[in-house]
Formats: sequence, C-alpha cells, structure tokens
Amino acid sequence: MIQKAVILSPRDNVATALADLKAGETLKLKAGDQTLDIKLNAAVPFGHKFSLADIKLGSPVIKYGEVIGTATAEIKPGSYVHVHNLASARGRGDLTGGKK
Amino acid sequence: MSFLGFPRQNGAVGTRNYIGVISTVSCANDVAWWIWQKVKGSAPFLHGQGCCQTKPDIDIATRTLTSLGWHPNLAGVLVVSLGCESLSADNIAQGIAKSGKPVEKVVIQKIGGATAAVAEGSRLAKAMAAEAAKLKRQEFPDSELVLGVKCGASDTTSGLSANPTAGAACDILIDNGGTCVFGETTEFIGAEHILARRAATPRVAEKIRDIVARMEKRATDMGFDMRGGQPTAGNIAGGLSTIEEKSLGAIVKGGTRPIKEVYEYGERPQGQGLFIIDTPGREPEFLTGLAAAGAQVIVFTTGIGAPQGFPFIPVLKITGNPNTYQHLPEHIDLFVELADKAGSGIAQAGERLYQEILAAASGKPTKAEKINYGNFPNIFTIGPVM
Repeated sequence: MIQKAVILSPRDNVATALADLKAGETLKLKAGDQTLDIKLNAAVPFGHKFSLADIKLGSPVIKYGEVIGTATAEIKPGSYVHVHNLASARGRGDLTGGKK
Repeated sequence: MSFLGFPRQNGAVGTRNYIGVISTVSCANDVAWWIWQKVKGSAPFLHGQGCCQTKPDIDIATRTLTSLGWHPNLAGVLVVSLGCESLSADNIAQGIAKSGKPVEKVVIQKIGGATAAVAEGSRLAKAMAAEAAKLKRQEFPDSELVLGVKCGASDTTSGLSANPTAGAACDILIDNGGTCVFGETTEFIGAEHILARRAATPRVAEKIRDIVARMEKRATDMGFDMRGGQPTAGNIAGGLSTIEEKSLGAIVKGGTRPIKEVYEYGERPQGQGLFIIDTPGREPEFLTGLAAAGAQVIVFTTGIGAPQGFPFIPVLKITGNPNTYQHLPEHIDLFVELADKAGSGIAQAGERLYQEILAAASGKPTKAEKINYGNFPNIFTIGPVM
C-alpha cells in the first residue's frame, strides 16, 4: 500500500501528504525506526504539509532535516502548515528595507 | 556505455546536427526567424538583449552568444546582426570561428534591409546545411556527454522523486567519466550550506556561498519579500511554502558527486565532472545558460508540467506527479513513481532515465522536439535597460 504521507528525516516536525487528506483522519507514519500516530485537525491537499509536533511561534519548521522557515503562529500537531503559518527567513527585502 | 553522435572539428560531439541562426540583438530576431523558416536543418536563437545596456550585460550577452555558437549540436553558424547594436557581431562571429566550424554573418543595415538579409542569410545557411547533411552519426563513449539539469514548474513531488532521479542519472554519468552542469542559484538559497560541503575545494565552497549571497542581494535590494516570484505562485499552490523548502528539493537534481567549479553565466566549463553555473531559475535564461555551457542533452524535471525545450538541444521532461503525467502527456517524456525515503526506487529510476538520456543523445526526439516548443529563450541580465 502506498503511504498517505511521508516524513523525510527523523528530525522533521512536518510531514508531506502523498494524497488529499481529510480533517479528522488519523495517520500512522514512519519516522526513522518509530511509528507516529497523527490526527489531522484540517484537510491537507496532495503535496502539502502538516505538523507532527507543537511548533512554537517564531521557531523553525523542519523538513528534509533542514530549516525551511519560521512559524508565524502557534502550530498544534496535525495542523496544515503552509504560507498562512510558515514564513521564509530568506530573500526578505521587505524586512531589510531594500537597497539604501 | 555509448551513444551515437556527430563528430566536430574541435573534438566535441553533437547530439543534433543543426546550422545555428543566431540573432545578435532583439532587433534582428525577425530576420533570424524568417531565415530559420526557409532553411531545413537550421535552428534559431532569438533573445531580447544585445543593446542599450551597461557593459556587464553587453559582456554577458557577447560571451553567451559566442558560447552558444560553440555548441557541438551546431555544425555551422549564421550570425544575424542589425548593425548598430551595442555588442559587436564581428567579435561574436570571430569568437565562434575559433571552434573550427564554418561561420557566416549577415548585417541587415549593411545589406539593404530585412528582405535582402533574409535572401542572403538563407543562401549562406542553406550552403552550410548541405555540407552538414553529409555527416553521419558515429559511436562515442558516454564520457563525451555534458548533461544539463533543470527543474521548472516545481511542486512538492519534484523534491521527492523527479529531482532525486535526475541526481541519480548525474551520478551515473559522472562515474562514467562524463560531465553534469546545474545551477539556478536562486534555488540554492537556504540549501547553500549543503552544496558548499560538497565543493571539491574550500575556494569552490566560498564561491558557492558568494553567488547565493549575490543573487539573494539582487532580490532583497528591491525591498520586497521574494515569495511569489520565488517560489512562484504555482510552486506555492503545489505545496512549496518557502524558497528554503524549494531549494532543499531542487539541489538534489545535481546528484551527490563533488562540485568541481562554479562558472559565470555564459561560460563553458573545462574538464569533466560536476559543475555549477551561476544563473537565475527562470527557464528562458537558465536553459540558455545550460546551452552556453555545452550541454548536449538537458533533463528538465517538473511537478506542475513545464512544456519548454530548447531550439537545438533535446530536453527530456520528467515528473513524479501522477496527475501531471496523465494530464499533460504531450509534454512529459518520463514518469517516475513517488519514492519513499528508503530510496531504492530512485536508483532504478535513475538508470531508466539514463537510458532515455542516451537514446535522446542518439537522436530519439523528445516531446518538446516533436511539437517544436521552446523557441523563445533569453539571456540573463543584471543591470538596467537604458
């Protein structure tokens, strides 16, 4: 059977959906040697991400074992993670004010 | 392993056998286009640069057009010039001639207008095409191949299957003594530390970090969040939330071997192995950068489904998105299953892709070639148009 979601590194705090997932669905996921049960509190489209743990406001979101950005809200486990609660830390001319 | 290619005067090997009709400036594009339509066996290179720019951009365009003329898929080159452009068509023609291939030139303002230029240009190009048509494909080892790798219209599947598959094919080619070129510096942002660790020398590692900082600064100097431009709206709809996430999935398309050198846009890498060229991620500019680097085959991974090829290079499209593969069969050459992180499927997919690369190198037309998609490339610029 094809997994419905994948965790790419044991360090990750998000997983990637390999199918359109429904709110309320419980998923059994492999994270390294361990198995993780995650209940989704929102729908997650194919290819998009959901959280595996509590992610505090301002803390790093990790995929591929690497930082992919910063949480812009408190994120509960099983939440949809995308541009509404995850911001890039790079290429932010809006924060640095551009060329002086 | 081997492929069937066309031998060139300077020892390089072509996977196609065209006469290049290279426009030196946007104002000469129409004449180059008309000549291409009249001459069987020719391929156009049209672009939007060549004039009213500062020296760095004129230098990039000159270097790029010269390198394109050197491309082993071109048996001969016709340079089409307006006459008053900022860059020198003579320098470009002379630079290309150093490759040993026949080069001709037609100048619209000198010869008496577009109609006269098309007539004379077509005559010159037809004569070169008649000579080129006598060449036959011969067997060459795959170590003669320069493979270009690109991802475009990416989604989450790109980083999970198509890009690792391209990377596995790169590893095979490099282990066989060949060359791979990748780039898209914008899509190194957030992943440059991983690439720097793979640099062959500390100097190359430093250069990787430098080109990323330079590219990021160009974006941040504008005073806006890069998001929306990179990642694109389509990337975001496909599940990629940040440039860091896109980059981490993008860099795996270059495989796992040491990075031997970093080149400027338009330069031709020397020697064999894995190389980076400093380029933006956007297709029209990046594909030209790979062509200038001498890539005789390009692997182009896509998530959402990008149609572009290149006028004189086979461009193979691969996707890991099953919906895209079903929805866009006209554009996709190869589907690779979404692999789990155990990755055993990736090595097999890489071997399957490698066979497709050798077939394309030997003349099998790609989907983009069949429908002749990809005639509007461009050249990278860093400064203002004046």
